[in-house]
Amino acid sequence: MKARVTVYPRREILDPQGKAIRDALSRVGFAGVDDVRAGKSFEISLTGEDPEAARRQLRDMCEKLLANTVVEDYSVELLGNEGGRT
Amino acid sequence: MRCGVVVFPGSNCDHDVYHVLKHVLQQDVTFLWHQDDTLKGCELVVLPGGFAYGDYLRAGAMAALSPVMGAVKRHAEAGGLVLGICNGFQVLLEAKLIPGAMRRNQSLRFLCRDVYLKVERTDLPFTWKLREGQVLRIPIAHGEGSYEDSAEHLDALEANRQVVFRYVTPEGARADTDPQWNPNGAARGIAGICNPGGNVLGMMPHPERCSEPILGNTDGLTLLAGAVEAGSQVLGARR
Repeated sequence: MKARVTVYPRREILDPQGKAIRDALSRVGFAGVDDVRAGKSFEISLTGEDPEAARRQLRDMCEKLLANTVVEDYSVELLGNEGGRT
Repeated sequence: MRCGVVVFPGSNCDHDVYHVLKHVLQQDVTFLWHQDDTLKGCELVVLPGGFAYGDYLRAGAMAALSPVMGAVKRHAEAGGLVLGICNGFQVLLEAKLIPGAMRRNQSLRFLCRDVYLKVERTDLPFTWKLREGQVLRIPIAHGEGSYEDSAEHLDALEANRQVVFRYVTPEGARADTDPQWNPNGAARGIAGICNPGGNVLGMMPHPERCSEPILGNTDGLTLLAGAVEAGSQVLGARR
């Protein structure tokens, strides 16, 4: 089973990297970009088959290592074995 | 006193700290490898600056899970002295030995220059030789040093008097929103904090880089000497 975990700076926290990217997008001519949040994405392959157990495990991974919940939020999604969404 | 300097793959201020403790302060110093699971009898442990584990994932995140940090946690819980400098501060945060987190500097630039720090606590083993309100000039060298936590946690930190150093003007005035004096945009100008027991200190500036007259500045030496002398006294009393 494949999964994707995304980690972003929390909404209420200033994201200077995202702001710099937003400004750069305007500079290269993309109008109407209001906000950019720059985060990280992890593709994780799991050996188990139980989606609920997998979600639980992935959230645990975020709490313990993948995200620093003081300044970051995370989300977890399960993908099919071929990488498509389930 | 027996001092240990932890070496992670990617530490790069380990020899500087070793040099000051050993050759300037004449202490018994040893390096502790990140795979060690004991502190080899060290009474003061320093987590030095650098880029432990290449700062993979987040600064300090991988290092916080290394075997030596288990021993550092036990040492801290038993009241032992732990000093984290720069990357070492980031490791202490990720290991949750002190609260909060670091963000990229607000300028997004790596900053390497002198800053001014106001001493907010002089009753700690690390700071007892300093004067309350004293302004120190100590260099920083970091890209991710903007201290952050929720407003509620920051209030608790202040109420518990865990803020030890704050970025200020050379005259000692707060200037939290001015990047000239609060270089990285840290919340409430926080440059260094301690745990509630006061035996674990994390700070972004580098006292080991200003501890000898030949370097043109000895403001850092008072702090390191204080830690060493306080540690020796406590141990003397215990023996």
